[in-house]
Amino acid sequence: MWKFTLRRILIMIPQLFVLSVLVFFVAKAMPGDALTGLIQNNPNLSPQMIAEQRERMGLNDPAMVQYARWVGNLFHGDLGISYVHKVDVTYLIGSRLANTFYLGVAILILTYIISIPLGILSGRYQNSLLDKTITGYTYLSFATPLFIFALVVVFVFGFQLGWFPTSGSVDAGVQPGTWDYFMNRLHHLLLPAFAGAFVSTTATIQYLRNEVIDTRLKDFVKTARSKGVPESKVYSRHILRNSLLPIAAFLGYDLTAVLAGNLFIESIFGYPGLGQLFLQSITQRDFSVVTALVMISGLLALIGTLLSDIILSWVDPRIRIS
Amino acid sequence: MGMRAETFAPAETIQKSPSSWSILGRELIKDKLAMSSLVFLIIFLIAIYGSTFFIDQAAVTKVDLMSIKAPPSSDHWLGTDLAGRDIFGQVVLGARNSFTIGFMITILAAAIGLTIGLIAGFFGGIIDNVIMRFIDFVLVLPFLMLVIVFVTIVPKYDIWAFIWIMTAFLWVGKARLIRAKVLAERELDYVQASKTLGTPNWKIIAFGILPNLSSIVIVNMTLNLAGNIGIETGLSYLGFGLPDGTPSLGTIVSNATDPNILQNYWWMWLPASLLILVLILAINFIGQALKRATDARQRLG
Repeated sequence: MWKFTLRRILIMIPQLFVLSVLVFFVAKAMPGDALTGLIQNNPNLSPQMIAEQRERMGLNDPAMVQYARWVGNLFHGDLGISYVHKVDVTYLIGSRLANTFYLGVAILILTYIISIPLGILSGRYQNSLLDKTITGYTYLSFATPLFIFALVVVFVFGFQLGWFPTSGSVDAGVQPGTWDYFMNRLHHLLLPAFAGAFVSTTATIQYLRNEVIDTRLKDFVKTARSKGVPESKVYSRHILRNSLLPIAAFLGYDLTAVLAGNLFIESIFGYPGLGQLFLQSITQRDFSVVTALVMISGLLALIGTLLSDIILSWVDPRIRIS
Repeated sequence: MGMRAETFAPAETIQKSPSSWSILGRELIKDKLAMSSLVFLIIFLIAIYGSTFFIDQAAVTKVDLMSIKAPPSSDHWLGTDLAGRDIFGQVVLGARNSFTIGFMITILAAAIGLTIGLIAGFFGGIIDNVIMRFIDFVLVLPFLMLVIVFVTIVPKYDIWAFIWIMTAFLWVGKARLIRAKVLAERELDYVQASKTLGTPNWKIIAFGILPNLSSIVIVNMTLNLAGNIGIETGLSYLGFGLPDGTPSLGTIVSNATDPNILQNYWWMWLPASLLILVLILAINFIGQALKRATDARQRLG
């Protein structure tokens, strides 16, 4: 068990290295550099002073040296300065991080609330009308593009029916820390989270359905039945215990989607999170923020898959062999 | 005696096992949803490519200030947008561009993924190891964000740049799938026999293994086509898809980024959105039926 875990962590080191090199060269290819954020729109600087400053900041050094310095700064949590907002990138990201985190968590919770019962029912009553309806739903949720679904949802429930707010994460003037504040945030969160969950339920439903269908014919389930265990307990105690653990392990893979998938949701629901920050930054050509966000997403994705792989190997020993 | 008679049963009762193509075709006909999707798709393709001869892009994109924001009428079947341009004409052009480009990305990604997957799976060893490490890495990358970054920083951005950026990320999934299938295939007797007979590797790959993968490749490409159209229209919606001057269905939907249009002028975004949805669903239904056909346990007939 520890051997696999250790090997899996070791694999991540070259991945981290390649990721940082990739992001570094992509950042180099973008217009602007570390100095741009400091001097932009400052007419008092002569070209000579700028050149001196460039030399002092090491922007004329060989790429290797610059790369090493950039990685060193990353470790210190220094992500540079925003060209547009003239503040530390870490501060900009920090102000949005919580919102994206809440949205991600809400999507995950809704996904499980919807998909776990549907998956179990679908497998338990295989080939019934209920199963066919649920399978039809998974076809729909698999094929529907997220941005179309989100637009239709915001149009119907936000604008036409007026049940939910259509943008923002909280109304202005609500006192933070109060119960009203919490409910207000939740109200803003529900619709985007539902839109995200609708599309991400497919995999879990299909996985659970297949698991239940496979497991309920196995010997230990037959044994439980012949002992006289009631049917509901056969499912809750014997079948689900085997099937639910891997689903918990998929959490790590979902970390990747939390950032990237939210580009559409945050832009359509006007939700001030990291996805929206990314789109705004790239439109305003604020490339230091863009670079930082790509690096962080890549990092999160690597850590997420690492966690999932390790948890899965603990749950299912067969994986450790390969 | 009876046994003997059976052993010498007349040759014509021995059935030739059906080819993978006829199995795919038979499954499509059995599945009503997939069949109607196919009919829809064919009519749709004839309509959008045929109408190219009647619809003139200059006329469609012409600004007409006399008829701004006009609701659907007999003149403008789906109304007009903020600049008085005919929405219906834009939808036809957009559908054609979105389908064509989604199709090209699918073909290119399949060609590259197939080649690399075949090489990795067939030769194994260090080649396989290096390729798979690379593929695992690319699969983890934040795909949408990187595509958007590349779309923004590529100099002289045009349709081909978009196609290649997308392909650069999308071939890896295909290569991984093909490699897994080839790994199983190469242990089978016919491949071992060919090797023993001294058949060159490329001949075994091209004429031995490849035909056996054809149905999986077709299924996967159909599902990917739907997915790629979804990604392209989504990126075009965000403004990082097809370049200006090449309208996509997603470009039309992006009218809805203005809350006022989203709320009050449904014809500027809803028809294009529904067309994307129906198109992707139809391609998916065909793909799912084909997928069932490749799995003997799930076939309808």
